[in-house]
Amino acid sequence: MYCSSWQFWSSLHKGSSGRCPWLLFPFFTLWLFAPPPSQLSRCDWLCVMTRSDRVVNCSCDWLKSLDLSRVTAFSPAEDRFNMAASLRCFLRTGKNAVSALQRREFHRSLPAAVQVTVRDALNQAMDEELERDERVFLLGEEVAQYDGAYKVSRGLWKKYGDKRIIDTPITEMGFTGIAVGAAMAGLRPICEFMTFNFSMQAIDQVINSAAKTYYMSAGLQSVPIVFRGPNGASAGVAAQHSQCFAAWYGHCPGLKVVSPWNAEDAKGLLKSAIRDDNPVVFLENELMYGVPFEMSEESQSKDFTIPIGKAKVERQGTHVTMVTHSRYVSHCLDAAAVLAKEGIECEVINLRTIRPLDVDCIETSVMKTNHLVTVEGGWPQFGVGAEICARVMEGPAFNYLDAPATRVTGVDIPMPYAKILEDNSLPQIKDIIFSVKKTLNV
Amino acid sequence: MSACLLAFATAVLEPVKLQWLFNDFILGYFQDVLLGSRVVVSRSFADFTPQATFDIKKCDVHRLEEGPPVKATLTRDQGLQYYRIMQTVRRMELKADQLYKQKIIRGFCHLYDGQEACAAGIEAAINPSDHLITAYRAHGYTYTRGVAIKEILAELTGRKGGVAKGKGGSMHMYAPHFYGGNGIVGAQVPLGAGIALACQYQGNNQVCVTLYGDGAANQGQLFEAFNMAALWKLPCIFICENNKYGMGTSVERASASTDYYKRGDFIPGLRVDGMDVLCVREATQFAADHCRSGKGPIVMELQTYRYHGHSMSDPGVSYRTREEIQEVRSKSDPISLLKDRMLSNNMAAVEEFKEIDIAIRKEVEEAAQYATSDPEPPLEELCNHIFKNDPPLEVRGTHPWATLKSVS
Repeated sequence: MYCSSWQFWSSLHKGSSGRCPWLLFPFFTLWLFAPPPSQLSRCDWLCVMTRSDRVVNCSCDWLKSLDLSRVTAFSPAEDRFNMAASLRCFLRTGKNAVSALQRREFHRSLPAAVQVTVRDALNQAMDEELERDERVFLLGEEVAQYDGAYKVSRGLWKKYGDKRIIDTPITEMGFTGIAVGAAMAGLRPICEFMTFNFSMQAIDQVINSAAKTYYMSAGLQSVPIVFRGPNGASAGVAAQHSQCFAAWYGHCPGLKVVSPWNAEDAKGLLKSAIRDDNPVVFLENELMYGVPFEMSEESQSKDFTIPIGKAKVERQGTHVTMVTHSRYVSHCLDAAAVLAKEGIECEVINLRTIRPLDVDCIETSVMKTNHLVTVEGGWPQFGVGAEICARVMEGPAFNYLDAPATRVTGVDIPMPYAKILEDNSLPQIKDIIFSVKKTLNV
Repeated sequence: MSACLLAFATAVLEPVKLQWLFNDFILGYFQDVLLGSRVVVSRSFADFTPQATFDIKKCDVHRLEEGPPVKATLTRDQGLQYYRIMQTVRRMELKADQLYKQKIIRGFCHLYDGQEACAAGIEAAINPSDHLITAYRAHGYTYTRGVAIKEILAELTGRKGGVAKGKGGSMHMYAPHFYGGNGIVGAQVPLGAGIALACQYQGNNQVCVTLYGDGAANQGQLFEAFNMAALWKLPCIFICENNKYGMGTSVERASASTDYYKRGDFIPGLRVDGMDVLCVREATQFAADHCRSGKGPIVMELQTYRYHGHSMSDPGVSYRTREEIQEVRSKSDPISLLKDRMLSNNMAAVEEFKEIDIAIRKEVEEAAQYATSDPEPPLEELCNHIFKNDPPLEVRGTHPWATLKSVS
């Protein structure tokens, strides 16, 4: 997936599949208005280059259509660095995220929708909420001076200082407890886990101290806190760093569990989560951080929020309902595009929230399409898909099913390291297409 | 004759008015008669020593130049107040014991009798605007932090008049600036450090008193909290209530180092006699001043003792002898210590204490009456308080046809 920058340039010149026509030079001038290169991932750059609508819902998978087979595997961080370095040859020197935001104000005269990566959307959301409410603060490992392990909190420490952006030692149970205590005493912390795998060390504080307290105290003690961080599989990080916690946290009453997909989801839901007076588990995805999406003008407003607990129909369809969350929304949309060529119209529902689950949206869709396929990255047993199937069975939509619901999930094993094994441990687009066809019996 | 000599002796040794001398003589005479016939005589407040200074046990210190003062001043009013608080907690806990044996209280019930001086002393040294969090042996602190006895007992009996409407139980009672009541051993310590962070963040000069036991003192998350509290100089007073037993395990069998006041390592520490309310008060005052001056956290170890077992399901005699319990009761009972001090310094009369005892017994009895007669929470309350400030939502019941309503 990650390639060296020279390879990238050469592939550009070679051209790729017909999906993204390369017209290098006429679009050169657009670079002057592009966000600084240090923040651009390859996807960012491609979208700027092509201005193509087709890349709006881009996932990293379609890029495999480029001939990158001769590439040596660099680490993601190294690759981004190389990309930035090579782009810097062409573009002006990079500036930090804050000035990029300020620059956006200057670009009001440009078309209202802009391309924003999920990372930048999260950064914007936190920046705006930190500014709006004095009580909001961020704590976690490497969030301040390092600008965030995944650069999500870039620029925030420089802007807000030590008081509001706090670097913690590597003591999850301790700092999670501290964050929960601060929330109990009237502040509104954002507690970042470097990945949700490490939240297991602190899960007692999340569940027993945060989630259950409002109920146990019969409303006397609330805990307005957000736990956020990347969840689920990344690339090549193996078993201890690849678990999906959607089902574990989604199991517990008293918690809200949110799983955004695109930049708009990320920004709107994070703002809602921070403004919410309850503990919210905010499951991001590392592989989505660098992916740009179009953000409408409305979503660029400082008061733009997305309600927690409402799913979104990303694509209308009539033959089958695909219910999914986070990164797999991209996979489902791509599968839907392929299936559309064969005349199968898929309705893709982006859950956005795991708990409370928007069962009404799913049921309405199933009652229309009569078929259900759930897609997730987590393990099958007791997973999100299992819950959706159970709920559909218990509700009115069951009578509308023409076939048993299908779950497409991660393979029921700890995540292996080798690329070929890892790729085959997670749902691929071909698996989704296969499952849809089996469900429809075609 | 001996009464006269006594009166003369007191006149020489203490500066008292002739009036008092006369009263002492007369009423001392009557006291013997009247006590025999069980009539309580009230005396005017002018009879008593308004204030006295006592020698208290010196605290062992760790990483401190000096500890709290070795003398404590106690006024008559303060003394009576501390006595009232401790006696109330004592009677409330004994009533809870009784109700538990009658099976009116169920589940967990961790009783605090024997340790009253800790709760009373700490509360005497901090302000109502300061914060406090403790573990599951929380009934005493719930009372000192302002919750009425009847609400505490009603919460234990699981009635709707309970402080948490019957939803929390023994270990989950809350009040303004009192954060429970926490069931998971040691989890309250990082929470307390977080509350201290909020105090520092808001710049309100408040401190957070974070209590834990000798059993919790070995939890890893404590050391994580110590590290961050010291690093960020949080205004947190970490207090270890060392009652010598973590459930059934004595401190020697649980800890490689039983000097709990030193376990903070880089954090200064004090070892305090937890059976003496004045000692606890002075030490807590010292600790609070330390934190408020921006020096960062401090650890206090209160050496105390619990008469009951770990909880009501533990008789408390399988890992310690009855003789040991009896010895502590007779030699170091916190209530007796205070009472004897006040009596021997003529700060109050025996009758006064008796009056207070009777009033408290009555109050606790009424509270127990309330706790047993109050109705249980209505079933409509079952699903409420899942979320705050949320529109009403539906909660799944035990089967798909049971859809229950939840309001914030």
